[in-house]
Amino acid sequence: MSILIDSSTRVVVQGITGRDGSFHTRAMKGYGTRVVAGVTPGKGGLDFEGTPIFDTVREAVEATGADTSVIYVPPAFAPDAVREAADAGIRLVVAITEGIPAMEMASVFQEIGMKGVRVVGPNCPGLISPGKCKVGIMPAEIHRQGPVGVVSRSGTLTYEMVHQLSAAGLGQSTCLGIGGDPIIGTTFLDALTLFREDPETEGVVLIGEIGGTAEEEAAVYIRETLGKPVVAFIAGQTAPPGRRMGHAGAIISGGSGTAAEKVAALEGSGIRVARRPSEIGPLMREALG
Amino acid sequence: MDVHEYQAKAIFRRFGIPVHEGELARSPAEAAEAARRMGGTVVVKAQVHAGGRGKAGGIRLAKTPEEARGAAASILGLQIKGRTVKKLLITPASDIDHEYYAGIVLDRGAGRPLVMVSREGGIDIELVAKDRPDALKKLHFDPARGLRGYEAMWLAASIEDDSEGKKAIAGILAKLARTFVACDLSLAEINPLIREKDGGYLALDAKVTVDDSGLFRHPELAELRDLEEEDPDEDRARSQGLSFIRLEGTIGCVVNGAGLAMATMDLVKHFGGEPANFLDVGGSSNPEKVVTALDIITKDPSVRVILFNIFGGITRCDDIARGLVKALEMKPVERPIVVRLTGTNEEAAREILAGVSGVQSEGGMEEAVRRAVALAGAGGRVSA
Repeated sequence: MSILIDSSTRVVVQGITGRDGSFHTRAMKGYGTRVVAGVTPGKGGLDFEGTPIFDTVREAVEATGADTSVIYVPPAFAPDAVREAADAGIRLVVAITEGIPAMEMASVFQEIGMKGVRVVGPNCPGLISPGKCKVGIMPAEIHRQGPVGVVSRSGTLTYEMVHQLSAAGLGQSTCLGIGGDPIIGTTFLDALTLFREDPETEGVVLIGEIGGTAEEEAAVYIRETLGKPVVAFIAGQTAPPGRRMGHAGAIISGGSGTAAEKVAALEGSGIRVARRPSEIGPLMREALG
Repeated sequence: MDVHEYQAKAIFRRFGIPVHEGELARSPAEAAEAARRMGGTVVVKAQVHAGGRGKAGGIRLAKTPEEARGAAASILGLQIKGRTVKKLLITPASDIDHEYYAGIVLDRGAGRPLVMVSREGGIDIELVAKDRPDALKKLHFDPARGLRGYEAMWLAASIEDDSEGKKAIAGILAKLARTFVACDLSLAEINPLIREKDGGYLALDAKVTVDDSGLFRHPELAELRDLEEEDPDEDRARSQGLSFIRLEGTIGCVVNGAGLAMATMDLVKHFGGEPANFLDVGGSSNPEKVVTALDIITKDPSVRVILFNIFGGITRCDDIARGLVKALEMKPVERPIVVRLTGTNEEAAREILAGVSGVQSEGGMEEAVRRAVALAGAGGRVSA
């Protein structure tokens, strides 16, 4: 088992002919992901290295039975790409695009709320269930199949952590980057709920960063409901207040959202917090007993 | 992106929110002239991207043009939270009957804008929220639907008893919500919103933060960026698609991804070093970005070592390596460079960097950081 994606997942790539879209489509196919269709408006009828291209997601779904979409289109068009996927009956939308106006995403989430679609991101690396399916941009070769679920607000920091886990002999059930924006479709709580229900996941690594209160909320859920061990890491111990640290969501404002507060909330809930990335493996091993 | 009060008030005015017409002054003489034109008592207010202006002496009342000149002279050049005051806003003084609070933020948890109002304005609203949450009335709204009239009235009625006053405040809240959505703001605050002795309501102060990701569709707002308030290198980095923040240490960091960049800084500190900057080269890094990044970092004489920590995903390691080689060809860097490149196209990157002098490779993040800290020497911090 795994969460959200597995070997039966059928993927449509929105923006398949762009620089990033084409590069990562090749990588996903190389990993064994069933990329059944691509969408680039105006290029319907052509194909991308054997994968049929459609003008719209609706046509792609009708022709190929795609159930999951991954979005590589620029910020000005990405919100409509999410709407389009939701309207076409896609079950899981993974929005890689960085730099989408937060207000636009707030509107999109309100609109598609009733459609039963799950959005991961935006501004995220996507997700991978090692050995089964990859929908996103992460380097696949660092992953190993196994019992640890990984959920993170970051992209490349997740790779570092996965790399550490794999090196410690701890494989992963699913690794999920939820994105660095203030408004995202899948939160820590959503991801933890999914990991709770997944029998293959025995423990979870949670990678947070400064800004917001998502880690504090996750701490409460982990303590009261999750029932599986968690090891956490929080980036931004040395971040200066009031400065946005790259991610739109990573900012200490009005004295709240600091790394110290988050570490205190997690440890206060009995969760092990790694002080540096290399501690993740040993702490997870210890937690799994 | 933060904008100044005078700019925020211009935005408010555009959306019909009542504010005092004011004038911008850059010198005591200009301040005196503005006061003379306005007649009567004026307020001289520092225009600087920092909170707590009042407490820092950045806001003064002046009864005459001469007093305005004196107030301006004392405020210009003032340091408020590390920023120098270079501009003043001169506005007519108000006869205040009551101060309220009205603000809108993008609530991350709820994924929607949140309107907050209070009968008690002019004070630190975060303290009110913490100590007496009952004194704050809150309502979320859907940005596509907008704040409806009855919702604005429900909020207004919670902070004002007067019948005409409720309508006036509801009108201001509706306009504030429209401004918030139309301009892609992440914060719009009126603190205080006042009732004047003659019964009029207006925004005495205005605070606006624009969502950086929304700027591409608001070129008129993007122009409000005050380059005098910004570090020129940070500005240059931004124009190249880099995210750069200057710090005070000796280890220059080039990292892809904000989370990894923060974790790298944290690890530098953990091993006793001090990062000289936060730098995220972003995804899809083309070699030019690396050239710019290196140029900005090496300009800083306190930087003793440069540390690359790249975990390739959408960023390709060979692009980074090519950028590094190109930068070194254009301008030699007389300081050691520690490089850790792993992930997408790392083999190609290794081939590109093989034999490049001055570049030391490490396989792991921790090893690379340790090496950089050792090369920077003990006590990496540079006193200002």
